[in-house]
Amino acid sequence: MSIFDAKTLWLIGVVLVLLASASVVVRVLKRRPDSGIDAAILETFHLRVRAWWILFAILAAAFLLGPVATVVLFGLISFWALREFITVTPTRPGDHYTLFWVSCVFTPLQFVLVGMGYYGLYSIMIPVYAFLFIPARIALAGDYKRFLERAAKIQSGLLICVYCLSHAPALLTLKLPPLPNGEVDTGGGVRLLFFLVLISQLSDALQYAWSQIPRRHVIVPTINPTRTWEGLLGGTASVTLIGAVLWWATPFHGSSWWMAALMSAVISLMGFAGGITMSAIKRDRGVKDYGTLVEGHGGVLDRIDSLCFAAPVFFHCTRWWLVLAGIMSRVS
Amino acid sequence: MDTNLARNLLALLARFVSGASVRWIDSQPDTCQRVYFANHTSHLDAIVIWSALPQVVRMLTRPVAAKDYWSKGPVRRYLANQLFNAILIDREEIKVHQSPVDLMIREIGHKYSLIVFPEGGRSEGREVGEFKSGLYYLCKKRPDLELIPVHLDNMNRILPRGEVLPVPMLSCISFGPPMWLEAGEIKTDFLARARDAVRRLKELD
Repeated sequence: MSIFDAKTLWLIGVVLVLLASASVVVRVLKRRPDSGIDAAILETFHLRVRAWWILFAILAAAFLLGPVATVVLFGLISFWALREFITVTPTRPGDHYTLFWVSCVFTPLQFVLVGMGYYGLYSIMIPVYAFLFIPARIALAGDYKRFLERAAKIQSGLLICVYCLSHAPALLTLKLPPLPNGEVDTGGGVRLLFFLVLISQLSDALQYAWSQIPRRHVIVPTINPTRTWEGLLGGTASVTLIGAVLWWATPFHGSSWWMAALMSAVISLMGFAGGITMSAIKRDRGVKDYGTLVEGHGGVLDRIDSLCFAAPVFFHCTRWWLVLAGIMSRVS
Repeated sequence: MDTNLARNLLALLARFVSGASVRWIDSQPDTCQRVYFANHTSHLDAIVIWSALPQVVRMLTRPVAAKDYWSKGPVRRYLANQLFNAILIDREEIKVHQSPVDLMIREIGHKYSLIVFPEGGRSEGREVGEFKSGLYYLCKKRPDLELIPVHLDNMNRILPRGEVLPVPMLSCISFGPPMWLEAGEIKTDFLARARDAVRRLKELD
């Protein structure tokens, strides 16, 4: 059976309509210079919409090719994000072999484990074994200058770029409850992953849009002057609504719409946490973006910071919900 | 394997490992005879500059490399001789009648461009070292060659001195505006000017 069941096609249709209308809005606004919208903001939005089209096309292609392709795709994204992270983080020559292990051994291994669905192993491999290995390997290299700081930098990079992000494709390996008509929900994992990416990207955009309204209360001016309380609350409320409207696409059909709404709120809040964390690192290093993969878009890490933080929490919430739903169905 | 195919694959691999973003600052790729001169921090430098050039230019560009490193073992020999068509310089015995500059001029004829590292060896730190005089003598004999300053950023972290395995990080290659040896310019002035051209690219990061 294909993963492109009716629900998945509907979800893709919704996204296509959203993207197409965003493109049309950009076109129309660009033709009218008297619309009163800041040209710089419009240009940012224009680039953002183009980035979403690319992201959508790549994701759709990976889904079409199957779960292995999707895991490989996320593995490559992680690998690239980690490169960007290490590039802006100063390390010493003594860290060379540790960095080699981190990017060429632990990163691919994590995605192999995710692809094989070994939850017991991939959920601890990095935070336990890799985190013990990193300081030990640095010590073995014999350079003790700023030891803890260097170990923490490499650990943070591995945690955020690889471990966290790997929980997005891990959604494909979850055992989902059967559909209401008794059929196996083969497209459920893909829809969950799609839902996560869609909501986290929307929450980014909506938080930004809401923070443009005139009465601004900036949350942490020293870290990021564009993130306001209006943006956080307005953006979270908006994506919660959108998530509730899209509840039919998620496997949370047993709990009706409020579960999807709650999950969307969680994704939005985690996205905010990811955004300010990565902003703080960029501030400290004095860089504006993490990379220049596509001119004008910053790096990969600038686009996926919210997804990195949202993925593991969304994964665990979904997993707990599945366990609870399983117990409930056995009781009743 | 077909040499051209192998060359393109190697260029692709080098681009991937170095994660290089390439910038041409007040400069354009061209097939005219040029000398690309760059700061030197890693064994990968020559391959990375070579792979950053457009294919037509790449085919006409030959890196100048150390014989003691690139003629060791069959893999390095194949890479240097067959793939990037390197001009290997014997650093141990530089003869009077067989000076490296004469060898380079003979090898490039009126067709090829060169990639050189005027610091002589790989510099340890992030600072661009003093330039050796080879670049000056090369230009004195062939003042028609266009000189293109190149700055490599972060390569020393991807493959530092004495390491074998590269760590895939991201790097940045900047090609600067062309310059020439001015008529009557003395050696030290010219070398300082060339070095400043590379350092200026570094500051643009």
